[in-house]
Amino acid sequence: MTLLEHLRLWLAMTLPGWAAYVIPALVGIVVMLGFVLTMVIVLIWYERRLLGRFQIRLGPNRLGPEGIFQPLATALKVLLKEDIVPSKGDRIVHWLAPVVVFVPILLIFAVVPLWQGAVLADLNVGIFYVVAISSVSVVGVYMAGWGSNNKYALIAALRTVAQMVSYELPVVLSILGVVLMVGSLSMTAIVEAQSIPFILVQPLGFIIFFLGAVAEMNRCPFDLLEADSEIVAGYHIEYSGMKFAMFYLGEYGHALAYSCIIATLFLGGWQGPLLPPVVWFLVKIMAIFFIIVWMRSTLPRLRVDQLMAFAWKALLPMAIINLFAVAAEVLWLPQTLPWLPVAVNFAIAGVLIVLWSRLFSLGGGRVEV
Amino acid sequence: MALKTEPIVLNIGPQHPSTHGVFRMKVTLDGEVVVDVEPVIGYLHRGIEKLAEGRTYTQNIPLTDRLDYLASMTNNLAYVLAVEKLAGIKVPERAEYLRVIMAEMMRISSHLMAVGFFLNDLGAMMTPVLYMWREREKIIDLFEMVCGQRLTYNYMRTGGVSQDIPEEFLPALKRFVAEMPGYIDEYDQLLAENEILLARTKGVGVLSRELAINIAASGPVLRASGVEFDIRRADPYSIYDRFDFDVPAGEAGDCYDRYRVRIQEMKQSVRILGQAIARLPGGEVCAEVPQLLRPPAGEVYGRIEAPKGELGFYLVSDNSIAPYRFHIRPPELINLTALKDMVVGWKVADLIIIFGSLDVCLGEIDR
Repeated sequence: MTLLEHLRLWLAMTLPGWAAYVIPALVGIVVMLGFVLTMVIVLIWYERRLLGRFQIRLGPNRLGPEGIFQPLATALKVLLKEDIVPSKGDRIVHWLAPVVVFVPILLIFAVVPLWQGAVLADLNVGIFYVVAISSVSVVGVYMAGWGSNNKYALIAALRTVAQMVSYELPVVLSILGVVLMVGSLSMTAIVEAQSIPFILVQPLGFIIFFLGAVAEMNRCPFDLLEADSEIVAGYHIEYSGMKFAMFYLGEYGHALAYSCIIATLFLGGWQGPLLPPVVWFLVKIMAIFFIIVWMRSTLPRLRVDQLMAFAWKALLPMAIINLFAVAAEVLWLPQTLPWLPVAVNFAIAGVLIVLWSRLFSLGGGRVEV
Repeated sequence: MALKTEPIVLNIGPQHPSTHGVFRMKVTLDGEVVVDVEPVIGYLHRGIEKLAEGRTYTQNIPLTDRLDYLASMTNNLAYVLAVEKLAGIKVPERAEYLRVIMAEMMRISSHLMAVGFFLNDLGAMMTPVLYMWREREKIIDLFEMVCGQRLTYNYMRTGGVSQDIPEEFLPALKRFVAEMPGYIDEYDQLLAENEILLARTKGVGVLSRELAINIAASGPVLRASGVEFDIRRADPYSIYDRFDFDVPAGEAGDCYDRYRVRIQEMKQSVRILGQAIARLPGGEVCAEVPQLLRPPAGEVYGRIEAPKGELGFYLVSDNSIAPYRFHIRPPELINLTALKDMVVGWKVADLIIIFGSLDVCLGEIDR
């Protein structure tokens, strides 16, 4: 039972029935929204400071201690900007696109458990819901690209559709590996099943999911749809003011959502010794986001065809092999030896990665896909 | 059923993060693939060649700073060498060495910018640029010591250099020469074996040896195509015949080779710097040259190996105080003529990096 359900039962003793339903819902929404927006601000600050360190400069350090208020200043600046709509653009689609991008990302957080019971809705199809909802924002990105009536935005939009659809497959297949071991789609059940974090049990699944997630959230080296050196800002090139802020929030919200999901699926969620559960959860989110920023500050960008080849020729076959390996282990390996699959899966992951790096190269030169 | 498709015309530039200035490309795209590209230049045209005809020979030195503003020192050098050839001026030994030191530092600085921004075009989000700026900053600090300027130096003079180096210059330069090979290895560590970098640049944008020679390409772009032609070696000017250095060349002529050649050239420049410091003689830094130079009537073509290729000045004198004709051979414009042959059939992302690998600076192309 979640904390909100406890609250509802407690309220039902004194208040009329409808209030006992409405108040916990409002409390849940406010807390979750507060969590998301605060964390987005923290992540923006964290990324800027980290990038500063990676790039031998300081990063923002003037506004508040260690520059912690810099994202607030940025937010204020963005809000005060004039809202420009291209005169030949599709006004309605242009207006709707940021909403369609941002809302699904917020909805993901409904099933993310911060600690035992602290979840807005403990759906029994939790992870399935995440996969379903997160692919809606692709539509928003495409709408932004189409509604802007800009060629750069259009190229970005077309890239988006191809990229998101391709990377959805390995991501879902690597989630299936986890689901097979747990036997449940509920996020809470997945966390509770991890006496050994799944990153150890399924290293290959983790790597595939992580790379797929980075591609889904359009981060470097898969940031083709906002490739600033090629198509300037991609799909949000024609956006300013609050609409741009929505995309910005959406981008970091996406990164936060996927960090939460990776922490939940593979790093044991809120579980950990000594520290309180929510602190463990935040530490894990920050660790994942650190790796994402590290990749962003180090790696060059892939080209469109290489990006697609990587999804279809490397990640997808490996994800399928991983899924079958996990299924075989669940069927035949004895349950009494929890560390046996760890050893087996690390061996499989090592062999497969070495094999693929020999068989498959990203393909320099002209590769048609 | 086949969908009806039609190519779109995309305007890249003049305001675009990867056009290295105000270059504009009218690109015809079939999906992501480049079908046609038409370069449009002239957004930075200042009429330097005409301006120079109304100024004295000395007044023209600052004008040359404004050509390729990432390599002002070598622009100065090319111009004063041409004037000295025209007027028959002998340059003191110390000034020659100082010129070589400045030119090689400028080459390192220019190549650092070229490689850094090439990586930026590849999408490596400013990190390589900022690491390379760390070293470029040291070079610029050294230039600031000798002439007080950080971008447009105006340091060379007909007959030598404008002033002698301050005493803190040589220790700082020695420290730089000692540190620089380590830094170049650091870049290599970050970049050379990077799978994504190799996949993006190997075999991309090949400029064949024949085409490179036919369009009169020069500099690292030519050498990457496998032609070991370096004016410092082929037609030594100043005192370059006294130094021991290699001319690195590529094989394939692709973007990766152009990147490698620049990295190798930086190492060679450090070698030349080390030799020049060791042999730097004392004495005058500028010959006695009349205030208003009146070279004898005639014409001259002086050329040097600038960081980006063969930079030449063609001067015609009518025995007055100003040149009758002042023509610049811009290496970057001539290298750029191969752009269309290199990019057609590649994707937009490749177009950007192929253009980046040519290392152009619009100050010189538009003049």
